[in-house]
Amino acid sequence: MNKAASTPAPDFKHPSHVRLDTSDKIIRGFTYVLVTLFSLMCVLPFWMIVASSFSSESAIRLSGFTLWPSEVSTYSYELLLRSPDQMIGAYVVTIGLAVVGTAVGLFIISMTGYALQRKDFPFRNGIMFYIYFTSLFSAGLVPFYLLIKQTLHLDDTYWAILLPLLMNPWLIVLMKNFVKAIPHEITESGKIDGAGDFRIFYALILPSLKPALATIGLFLALGYWNEWYYSSLFLSSQVEYRPLQFHLYNVINKVASLKNSVAGSNVVLPTDLPSETLKMATAVIATGPIILLYPFVQKYFVAGLTVGAVKG
Amino acid sequence: MVGQKNVTAPSLVQYHKPGFFKLVGQNKALLLMCLPAVVFFFVFSYMPMPGAYIAFTSFQYNKGIWASPFVGLQNFKFLFTSGQLTLLLRNTVLYNIAFIVLGNFLQLLFAILLNEVQCKQFKKTTQSMMFLPYFISDVLVSLLVYNLLNYDYGFISNLVRSTGGEMAKVYQMAGAWPFIIVLVNLWKGTGYGTVVYFAAITGMDSSMMEAAQIDGANGFQRIRYITLPTLKPTVIILFLFAIGGILKGNFGLFYNLVGNNSMLFSTTDIIETYVYRSMMNSFNFSQSSAVGLFQSVVGFFIVIGANAFVKHLDPDYALF
Repeated sequence: MNKAASTPAPDFKHPSHVRLDTSDKIIRGFTYVLVTLFSLMCVLPFWMIVASSFSSESAIRLSGFTLWPSEVSTYSYELLLRSPDQMIGAYVVTIGLAVVGTAVGLFIISMTGYALQRKDFPFRNGIMFYIYFTSLFSAGLVPFYLLIKQTLHLDDTYWAILLPLLMNPWLIVLMKNFVKAIPHEITESGKIDGAGDFRIFYALILPSLKPALATIGLFLALGYWNEWYYSSLFLSSQVEYRPLQFHLYNVINKVASLKNSVAGSNVVLPTDLPSETLKMATAVIATGPIILLYPFVQKYFVAGLTVGAVKG
Repeated sequence: MVGQKNVTAPSLVQYHKPGFFKLVGQNKALLLMCLPAVVFFFVFSYMPMPGAYIAFTSFQYNKGIWASPFVGLQNFKFLFTSGQLTLLLRNTVLYNIAFIVLGNFLQLLFAILLNEVQCKQFKKTTQSMMFLPYFISDVLVSLLVYNLLNYDYGFISNLVRSTGGEMAKVYQMAGAWPFIIVLVNLWKGTGYGTVVYFAAITGMDSSMMEAAQIDGANGFQRIRYITLPTLKPTVIILFLFAIGGILKGNFGLFYNLVGNNSMLFSTTDIIETYVYRSMMNSFNFSQSSAVGLFQSVVGFFIVIGANAFVKHLDPDYALF
């Protein structure tokens, strides 16, 4: 018993010899039902999108979006594949931004996180406050918008998306918390061996930061993958290829705006354009990779949350 | 964290405090490592700050911020007297309260319930499923909602019709959207919060739980007297920080769900969406920026207050 009390186990092990009483059974039964229902509700909408994308447009016009397509059709995918320029462009742009942004962001964040965690670095509190203050107070959207457009002239370039997403105070704090777990003695031993700070960082610290790099890298990559906000602010129609989610945004809202503009008048929409299934198919193609990768990367996000959730 | 101001390099404090430039020289490498981040935040966060001046001008795009005529507090006055700001504040704060209260309730509930289940596979699978909505963009979220609620083809619309009911035109009903937005927000965020709370629970000392079980405490008693009290500090602190952000809205969610559908603005317009629209659609930079500045300044003091309160409760958790 003493041993058990002094070493907290990672998970509760309900002793098997303790008999389950009625309240346990009630709680468990309740949990299974409630959690299962909610989990299904979380996944079901995704299934609906996939099912709708493989439905024929006429079936949707007849009976709406259903859990299972009453008439299976791959017409919208064929349409998308027939002129895949936009989609391929969007993929290339998104993957390019995600790869470059994640690599550069990780490099800067890990370096900064390490330096700010060094107890013998006299400027660490000052710099940390300088960074953290930006999350407490900001000038707001308009001055930022004018900075990008009028001062830096980055509008209509991919820089306007790549740069703002590189890092944020929260990720630096998260990295700091990860570095904290590495004993200071490693840095000390490197110093005694005469290594400079850069060498200590990349030879001794970085290798043991792999889980942190995975977690923070995934947060960065997800940010780039889901980006549509800066695109909507700074990419005009002159930019040919837009990031995936902004492309999806346009596909969804342009059709909608088209409909809005003709509603009430006698204009008949071309019936051969499967607008509903096209939206769904675009969504499937734009989101598919995230969903497919999700089972493999999920644990890194959980690691990040547990390290950085409260102290973020 | 940022608070420990008295720590200096241990090897140097013995006889005298070295000068600033000497310290810079001694820490060249570490300072260089911070340089890219320092430059980044200078350019993207500090450089726009003087631009907040635009809230006190009648901004003309071709003249730029500094050549536009100064109008004092006129923009703010207009926002207050027109009632626009009151509406935005009401919506933003009420939505956040609903998100915080209902969100935390569901997250706690699921975390506690999951902890009572023994089947590891069940815990893992359901956590994965609940966490999934957190990963998708708000653009897709809007399509999911459209898929369910669209008047002509929506899944729920059809369900209502097939049971003989009359489906309302949801996208024209301002009154329905507080419920929809709160539900969508819960859908998207519950998994995330559950994981956080679940981690806090599994991090606690299991011996208490075992002792209680051997002493014959039933499931409800264990939750009531052990799990909940152990979680209390985490809950309070997360709650206080959430209060600190009560003026901050989730732009992506609201803008994608509502967009420029002005029929819904009375119940769905929050500070962020107003700021975005009045800049991007009506090019009213001055007013947009006045709202933004108001939000920043008041929000700043709320965060400071929330942090002071956390510090009072437990200095370890204070942000600064």
